[in-house]
Amino acid sequence: MTSKQIDRIATAVLWLAGILIIALLGWFLIRILGDGLPQLSWKFITSKPQEISAGGGVGPQLFNSFYILFLSLLLSLPIGMGAGIYLAVYAKKNGFTDLIRISVEALSSVPSIVFGLFGYLLFANLFGWKFSILGGACTLALLNLPVLVRVTEEGIRAVPASYWEASLALGSTKWQAIRKVLVPAALPTIITGITLTSGRALGESAILIYTAGLSVSRMFPDFNPMKIGETLSVHLWYVQSEALVPDAKQIAQGSAALLLIVVLVFNLLIGIPSRILQKRLTGGK
Amino acid sequence: MNSYVDKLDEKSASGRAAWKPSRWMNMQNKADATMRYVFIISAALVAAVIFSIIVFVGMQGVKTFAGVSPWEFFFSTDWTPSAGKFGAFPFLFSTVVLTLLSVVFALPLALAGAIFTAKIAPNWMREILRPATDLFVGIPSVVYGLIGLTVIVPFIGKVVKGTGYGILPAAIILAIMIMPTILSISEDAIRSLPGRLEEASLALGATRWQTIWKVLLPAARPGILTAVILGMGRAMGETMAVFMVIGNSPQMPKSLISSTTVLTTAIVKDMGNTNYGSTWNNALFLMALLLLVISLLLILIIRVVARRSELK
Repeated sequence: MTSKQIDRIATAVLWLAGILIIALLGWFLIRILGDGLPQLSWKFITSKPQEISAGGGVGPQLFNSFYILFLSLLLSLPIGMGAGIYLAVYAKKNGFTDLIRISVEALSSVPSIVFGLFGYLLFANLFGWKFSILGGACTLALLNLPVLVRVTEEGIRAVPASYWEASLALGSTKWQAIRKVLVPAALPTIITGITLTSGRALGESAILIYTAGLSVSRMFPDFNPMKIGETLSVHLWYVQSEALVPDAKQIAQGSAALLLIVVLVFNLLIGIPSRILQKRLTGGK
Repeated sequence: MNSYVDKLDEKSASGRAAWKPSRWMNMQNKADATMRYVFIISAALVAAVIFSIIVFVGMQGVKTFAGVSPWEFFFSTDWTPSAGKFGAFPFLFSTVVLTLLSVVFALPLALAGAIFTAKIAPNWMREILRPATDLFVGIPSVVYGLIGLTVIVPFIGKVVKGTGYGILPAAIILAIMIMPTILSISEDAIRSLPGRLEEASLALGATRWQTIWKVLLPAARPGILTAVILGMGRAMGETMAVFMVIGNSPQMPKSLISSTTVLTTAIVKDMGNTNYGSTWNNALFLMALLLLVISLLLILIIRVVARRSELK
């Protein structure tokens, strides 16, 4: 076989690999949505779950998913962005900066179940919060933190240095320059990062089993953050492996489809405004 | 990596005029000084979080050794908490086997995909592949688990005439989950190679495949290694998808398709049945500590790899 022929075969194999990856994703989506969409109905999405009889919905779980996500972002955004700004703007080359960098890296590698146990230990036991929405949100915030630090730092570093210099040359303080120049210019990157984090946080389950709990409040919607609050992805696992309801399979399939749709929306639709913003800010690159 | 402040300090030291600032400016300066501390404190908090995780989980985990000897925990295969037997060796063993197997499954497709996306795919194909890879990462692990449970487990069960639960379906699911991670980092590594490597190789008359195989892949090895290690970390720490397909019997796996338990799923399975403070409960924290230590070690290895490739 000549090297030309080998080259041609290799090219074909690599093309095959690329097509296989896309086909695999397509098959996944079709399979999940195909099984799950018929289960979805307005009643399923809004009604309360059942303990032992069929026909329960996932309303409270869906609500809790977004409520916990919202609270966790509320907690992790200021700290994450603050640390990101520190690393991009203030950090000098010293031991403290190294320590922060290693911490961010280490934090992003922690398995989610370890976060879950930490949250269980600290929030549920030592703080005495039991299984609560707040405990879940606090623990989930830890998962979001390293991503937010990283995207903020990257976003700000990508802003041309001339912006910063021009702002300071006009007599602004550093904080004014950060608030009015750097952060707005870095916003598209930061928003994309927040979107990706949110998608991940919505799908997260190992963290929340032993911090937010496995059942839901009797009221719906219940904004009390100290109440127990199972999320949709935890519910999907729970009905599939522990629950007694006869239609567990249908509920799991429906929940999976719902979860996938939410993630798709976060990945595709919410990426669009930040892309438009970016085009406008950079003059279409 | 020079920060803005470094550059600024050199310039501003000489040029500070002596005039009286207005009250508004005083306020701005005060806010500036306060915010500087706010940023430093938020950065310090991030470090505090990881340290408190290590300390809290570590302290709780080490308490296990009050009831069980380290020898028994790490090397005994008997996990019968009701009888006071806490041998976690099967979990450790299955975790290692599962992690390695999933990387072996994922690597060929991930590397081929990375090479394809970086060097061969036309633009339109790349425009499809990139978001597809992102979407793979975005799919929640419970959804992967459900696919494993409803498709892969029954399929394996039919082929081998058994239940179908075990390390094999878990490794297949994990391979799909870590494939995009390995793919995108390897792709970055291949694309960030200097163009002269490829040009020189092609100019010498090598075909595209020879260039990829003999020049680009060896040169991108540190990046690919980093990708593989990150993939391993993700495979090892994955919980829910594995839980749904591995069977969860606390025993040594007799084969790749016999029910067993890994560290992460052991924690999820038993946490609900145990009381806080009992030896059983502490043992679960010790497993979490193990996972934490291994993932920190992996990060350390990545740093060493990165530093060594920088030196070259």
